[in-house]
Amino acid sequence: MNKLILGRFFPGESILHQMDPRAKLLAGVYFILVLFVANNWQSYGLLWIFTLVVMYLSGVKFSVYIRGVRPLIWLILFTVTLQILFTSGGKIYLDVGPITVSNFGIISGIYIFCRFVMIIFISTVVTLTTKPIDLTDGINALLKPLKRLKIPVDEISLMLSISLRFIPNLLDETQKVMDAQRARGTEFGEGNLLRQMKTLVPIFLPLFASSLNRAEDMANGMETRGYQSGEKRSTFRQLAWKRKDTLCIGTMIILTFGLIVLRTGGFIH
Amino acid sequence: MQITFKDVTADYQIGPLRTPRVLDSVDFNLEPGTFTAVIGHTGSGKSSLLKAMNGLLIPVKGEVHIGGTVINRSKNKKSLKTIRKKVGMVFQFPESQLFAETVEQDICFGPLNFGVPLEEAKRIARQVIQQVGLGPDILTKSPFALSGGQKRRVAIAGILAMQPEVLVLDEPGAGLDPRGKKEILSLISKWHNNEKLTTVMVTHDMEDVAHYADNVVVMEKGQAVLHKGVRELFADIHALKSLRVDIPQARKLQLKIEQETGVKLPQVCLTIDELANCLMKAGLV
Ligand SMILES: Nc1ncnc2c1ncn2[C@@H]1O[C@H](COP(=O)(O)OP(=O)(O)OP(=O)(O)O)[C@@H](O)[C@H]1O
Ligand SMILES: [Mg+2]
Repeated sequence: MNKLILGRFFPGESILHQMDPRAKLLAGVYFILVLFVANNWQSYGLLWIFTLVVMYLSGVKFSVYIRGVRPLIWLILFTVTLQILFTSGGKIYLDVGPITVSNFGIISGIYIFCRFVMIIFISTVVTLTTKPIDLTDGINALLKPLKRLKIPVDEISLMLSISLRFIPNLLDETQKVMDAQRARGTEFGEGNLLRQMKTLVPIFLPLFASSLNRAEDMANGMETRGYQSGEKRSTFRQLAWKRKDTLCIGTMIILTFGLIVLRTGGFIH
Repeated sequence: MQITFKDVTADYQIGPLRTPRVLDSVDFNLEPGTFTAVIGHTGSGKSSLLKAMNGLLIPVKGEVHIGGTVINRSKNKKSLKTIRKKVGMVFQFPESQLFAETVEQDICFGPLNFGVPLEEAKRIARQVIQQVGLGPDILTKSPFALSGGQKRRVAIAGILAMQPEVLVLDEPGAGLDPRGKKEILSLISKWHNNEKLTTVMVTHDMEDVAHYADNVVVMEKGQAVLHKGVRELFADIHALKSLRVDIPQARKLQLKIEQETGVKLPQVCLTIDELANCLMKAGLV
């Protein structure tokens, strides 16, 4: 229950903590896109250096990031295995029917692995160094242009911030209900899959019930205090773009140029 | 059933971190058949103490003995299950654990988990629902459609149906109206006497302590700083002051009368009835 790292905030004073959430979000998303530019070991090396420096700057211990990867490791290895088995070309080590293990396969497997891990690391950096509330403010600000397309951006980000706000409560409550059902003789993680699924019912139903009740209380509370959707509203917290943030965007541009120079085939493939 | 804490220290693990000790060298012994009240300020470790009695919080040091079964660091799953069968635990706001389609199914959940046959479980459900003061017609209703007080009773019935030998309750009256609270506590007290249980109850209300308990454990910063009979506790006014424990109304009145009249009554009175009797015997009224 307490092991999930992705999506958590670690309070701190690092330069990354002080940055504008908009800059971090933009840079994070851009990093994921620019990952696909890399296609040889030099360009992947540059990405790794960038990732590791950013992780170092966050001031969060390295082991925390490793734990963030752990829950996803099977998914990653599965994808990597597929990539290795179904890519052909180059020197062939093993060949059984459609399955071949070639050096192209192994190399692209390694690249895929790096991509996965770096995406997790960088998104973890963003969430670890940004308060959830700032994150939603940032998302709200970045999605503002979509308002023209009649997309209810404010409502979406309100939903997001309310959900984030209640995650800790939900975790606490899950713990409580699990304890209560344990006291009534339920054993979790025992028996076959069907039995394990069955033990989830006595946890989820009470949680759903209390979440629905809370949602209703909250909606009533907002309505009695005059909340109206679709109104123009001012915000209590103001986002401020600083020098650091411009610097961050600049770094991303330099990173892009570096990758283009290093990748095989230059700018176009 | 005897409950013994031997130098028990425990904490919670949150991710990589451990909280400071929530139980710190707790050492006491509750005799079989006693009704013990656990009091203490908020965050003093009362709920954690109860969890340790049910194997939900495992000591990092020391051991908890429930009858012949031991909970310590090297517990195994089997002994936890034996303990949970013997110890019925009513959590704070237990209505949040209700989940089944009907009240009957919810009450049967515990017994079925502990291997009671379905027919037998249904028979027990019928019996306990009356013990908690509800009619058998409620058994077919959905637990989510009940009032707050009814839910509380159903949840408690779900624990009583496990026929535990030890009953531990975390503020069973919290959030109920005074009358509902009194009814629940007196049904617990009745059940305690009829079934010869060993009962431990967390409460903030000294009136409850005076009315229902015969022993008190005072918790402070994870330590059990005092374990005494109720009358002894309320006899020692100085200790009460230093522990910042409230005094029940009847006892307060008794002290006031003793001060005004200069007559010392022969016993510590915990309820108004006791006080009235005492006063009459002493010839003060
Ligand atoms: N699941 C948990 N994880 C981490 N820490 C916890 C957990 N439950 C309790 N604590 C901590 O343990 C300490 C004791 O808590 P506990 O719930 O036992 O107190 P309490 O005496 O029951 O308080 P209250 O009167 O408010 O119910 C507190 O400092 C609390 O923050
Ligand atoms: Mg408590």
